Amino acid sequence: MPYTAVKPSRARTSDELRATIPGWGADLDPAVRPSYPRERLEVPVTDTMPEQQQHEGYRERSIEHARLTPVFGTVAPLHGLSGWIRRLAYDRYSEGRALHWLLLVLGDRVDSAASGLRSFASLRPDNPITETGVLAELKRGGLRSRVGRGRIDLKHTWIDPILVAGPFVLGAVVLWRVTRPLRRRR
Amino acid sequence: MKAMVYRGPYKIRVEEKDRPAIEHPGDAIVRVTRAAICGSDLHLYHGMMPDTRVGTTFGHEFIGIVDEVGPAVEKLAVGDRVMVPFNIFCGTCFFCARGLYSNCHNVNPNATAVGGIYGYSHTTGGYDGGQAEYVRVPFADVGPSLIPDDISDDDALMMTDALATGYFGAQLGDIVEGDTVVVFGAGPVGLYAARSSWLMGAGRVIVVDYLDYRLQKAREFAFAETYNFGEVDDIVVVMKRATDHLGADVVIDAVGAEADGNLVQHITAAKFKLQGGSPVALNWAIDSVRKGGTVSVMGAYGPLFSAVKFGDAMNKGLTLRMNQAPAKRQWPRLFEHIRNGHLDPSAIITHRIPLAEIAEGYHMFSSKLDDCIKTVVVPDAA
Repeated sequence: MPYTAVKPSRARTSDELRATIPGWGADLDPAVRPSYPRERLEVPVTDTMPEQQQHEGYRERSIEHARLTPVFGTVAPLHGLSGWIRRLAYDRYSEGRALHWLLLVLGDRVDSAASGLRSFASLRPDNPITETGVLAELKRGGLRSRVGRGRIDLKHTWIDPILVAGPFVLGAVVLWRVTRPLRRRR
Repeated sequence: MKAMVYRGPYKIRVEEKDRPAIEHPGDAIVRVTRAAICGSDLHLYHGMMPDTRVGTTFGHEFIGIVDEVGPAVEKLAVGDRVMVPFNIFCGTCFFCARGLYSNCHNVNPNATAVGGIYGYSHTTGGYDGGQAEYVRVPFADVGPSLIPDDISDDDALMMTDALATGYFGAQLGDIVEGDTVVVFGAGPVGLYAARSSWLMGAGRVIVVDYLDYRLQKAREFAFAETYNFGEVDDIVVVMKRATDHLGADVVIDAVGAEADGNLVQHITAAKFKLQGGSPVALNWAIDSVRKGGTVSVMGAYGPLFSAVKFGDAMNKGLTLRMNQAPAKRQWPRLFEHIRNGHLDPSAIITHRIPLAEIAEGYHMFSSKLDDCIKTVVVPDAA
């Protein structure tokens, strides 16, 4: 009982556990655990820096960094309105400011919306059926996986179609409105 | 090459992209033979991680064959079969030198609070991931390891993140002989954390989730007692009753940002992105652990604020331990556990899909269809 100094008794002794569970107690000694102690010198400490990855032009970085790190990713460089928003987040606000992250989230939404709209001017427009993977509902037992299984996530599953289809519907409405003058001219 | 490409929240597709190039003398290009979809990929897929850019390829769990090496690479050669840890790290900075590979300071210009991770937004450095035919691997002499001949591709793949993270989570619990360990979340990381807790001498291991098929796996794979929090009014009270009203010695949060079980928390965080993550499991962990106990956090959360019950953590004198796992640091010991039959990582794999079907794979995993626990993606070029 917790109201005395006695630790609750165990259902199985260590010997019983060792006999039934593969490897029970193999790492009982903290010294054999690979992340013990948490900080342990793995290599000699030197003052050498890795060679700097070459780059041209602007590469955004956190203002909490003193310099551009020696190595960095180069996928999807900043561009357009989303790039301007993201650059503002990086150049002006540290990671300690909520605005830094909220601007980055805003940049994500602008990026996604603009890319979706741009795709309709390309040979491969966004496809809500194939890109959302919704056909898995038919192939992977959408109904069978949900009904009668007591899943508590069903309480909010109704939101998902709105979140998924919403941007497509909104995009269609914007496209319809934007092209209205063109249709009237004809 | 063909690669999975992010198009916006809940939208991905396979596109033709340029094969990655050597951008630094220490780089290698790896031809991916297997990748996996991780629970934390869903945070990107759902648009929860700030600075996730359209055009990015996800995937931080992958293995493959070295296809090209930069001029400074000495330890790898073309044709080598390698496993690549999900962390990108230099091996020489202040943090790497001390074994904190996941906190490397030399690979992520976009943030100082997190190191580099493959295919995990610009918040972790802006690198493409391995759900593609080829991937750029920086610091190729430091991160990747040759896959030993007696380790299967599937086991090696699970070690690149999920197994290493689950095992690391159990270590952070500082488990001593006879401890009662509660694991929230019966996904891959939770299952591995539960199984690993026995290795460290746990006296009881309890797993909590709301999906019966995953709880069944927790009983079979991790030999755990299980509770379905969807079937009880208050899981914290149930945990207290299960531990003689003392609370568990160690609680591991293996859920993270999209935790369910509290409608307000889940909707504000996972649906409307107003928090860095839904801290339901974390709050349950704080409430379910005993005073003076340890909470180990393996679930991934976003960098925005979350409504965590910090006052109770302080009042109870808890030790809160957490980090992205330094995956490679775990590998030598994990190889031993696999060889000795203590761990069988690939037993949790439930699905294999070609890269071409990855959009449906994400939907299946996200919606928990077809009793999905772990999906392996096999690119055409594999």
